[in-house]
Amino acid sequence: MPDVEAERGAVRLAFFGGVYSNTRALAAAIDDARKWGADAMYALGDFGAFGPHPDRVFPVLLDSGVEAIQGNYEESLSTDAADCRCGYTDPRDNHFAQISYDYTAEKTSADWKRWMATLPKTRRLEVKGRKVLLVHGSPRKINEFLWESTSPVAFLERLLADHGADVIVCTHTGLHWKRRLPSGKLVVNSGALGRPANDGGTNVWYARLAFGREIGVEFVPVAYDHEAMAREMEEEKLPEEFVSTIRTGWWTTCLEILPAKERDRGRY
Amino acid sequence: MESRTPVGSTPAPPTGIYPFVPFVSLDTLWFQVAGTICNLKCTHCFISCSPANHSHEMLTLNQVQARLREAAVLGVREYYFTGGEPFLHPDLLAMIEETLRQGPVGVLTNGLLLTPERCRRLKTLSDESEYSLDIRISIDGYTAEVNDPIRGAGTFDKILTGIRNLAEAGLNPVVTVTEACADAASAEGRARFLAWMRAIGLSRPRVKVLSLFRIGAEANRLRAYESWESLRGRHLTEEESEKLQCSSCRMVTSRGVYVCPILLDEPKARMGETLAETLRPFELGYSACFTCHEYGVTCRT
Repeated sequence: MPDVEAERGAVRLAFFGGVYSNTRALAAAIDDARKWGADAMYALGDFGAFGPHPDRVFPVLLDSGVEAIQGNYEESLSTDAADCRCGYTDPRDNHFAQISYDYTAEKTSADWKRWMATLPKTRRLEVKGRKVLLVHGSPRKINEFLWESTSPVAFLERLLADHGADVIVCTHTGLHWKRRLPSGKLVVNSGALGRPANDGGTNVWYARLAFGREIGVEFVPVAYDHEAMAREMEEEKLPEEFVSTIRTGWWTTCLEILPAKERDRGRY
Repeated sequence: MESRTPVGSTPAPPTGIYPFVPFVSLDTLWFQVAGTICNLKCTHCFISCSPANHSHEMLTLNQVQARLREAAVLGVREYYFTGGEPFLHPDLLAMIEETLRQGPVGVLTNGLLLTPERCRRLKTLSDESEYSLDIRISIDGYTAEVNDPIRGAGTFDKILTGIRNLAEAGLNPVVTVTEACADAASAEGRARFLAWMRAIGLSRPRVKVLSLFRIGAEANRLRAYESWESLRGRHLTEEESEKLQCSSCRMVTSRGVYVCPILLDEPKARMGETLAETLRPFELGYSACFTCHEYGVTCRT
């Protein structure tokens, strides 16, 4: 990464995964990306969910010039859908997803819901000769989970070829990873700013890509006032399970969707 | 073989009145690795597997490798081994090892052959791969009184031993239970199941509840499908089609490539010899298709 960054004319892009109403973490990540010298910042959807006061996210996004695409949350909220269409299949996952969605739907103002409808579902960039495709879940589905341990090389090569991209940047799973492919192409999951990465740390993560002769990828831990976030969630009477994740760094919900390897790394 | 009419199978439907599921992409590839040969004879088995059922024979390592090569070109996302009982196959571990180089693997087993040594070997294979290895163990209740009448006398204790051997080796299985266990379908029953799994030593219990297909042995246990249980005359939206696993999976057996893991007793569900020959729409003319559509069933983990 430092080699690429040192190149003259390297283009520095910052990518933010699901914000999940964690405005403090978003602000801290924006601050960090600016210090790094980001040429542009992109948010890959799911601005609400999980956390408190969803409306507080949008002014921070817009005032900082972060460019946004829709996640499944924005798609659902802007169309008045009954649920988040997160793509879970287990009843416990769906139970907590519904609590999160009902709260967010109620607390998001109509103006912001209308704004969400204007966001694109994908975004294409041309950076230093590479075709970069930004998506929330996968290029073919807004709520498809691209996990590290279940996204094999041949499958990713197919996605990239089918969608005419050299680089895909996605989120939706909440866990960051990257895979460099034999073709020289690249898939990056930017992780999430909304909740920690199920690793026992209270920080959250975003992704930096530096485009030069090569493409440098760095995942950056972001510390923020997570205790203030936890207290606000309690005041809003969000589930204790959610609050505990913010304080401990271990996921307690939306676990059943995890593949074996990702599940093994967590505490629950 | 073509003339064989398995118990409870739906007669071949007339064409033109059932919806077709489009072929979207080959994401999931199944291997009927042990054929219909099993060391159990469960009373709800939708393909009536047993020690004596040779409708589908075991796949050879060469057959699996040929389809794996094809799958790599097609960009398959995930692989499953099932049967019958996969661990009856002498080459299963070699097949798993080879497949894990290419993508994530799920193995559907009854757990009876999960010796401590075999579990340790599976753990090593899992650790050596960047992809997930999921072992799914079937059980039909959290007591022998509920499980054994379905899966066979004495099986409850043996399954429990298999689960514990896996856990001791450091593998966390997905425990699957069918709705033949009446308790499994309700939220309370599910909670009891999870509590039972914690009690037997699974710290992060994972459970999957499966719908029953009223074909094969199951048609004789409770009942077969009634005539209204079909997709006759139905129109599927794009979203409904994509939810059906058959829009994105195929099943490799010793007899060729079938549309899905369920319709193995249906000659018309055999779509070709190679994967390439099967990448086309399929007419949903079977009552089992109704179950998948109506209850949102997927065989995936």
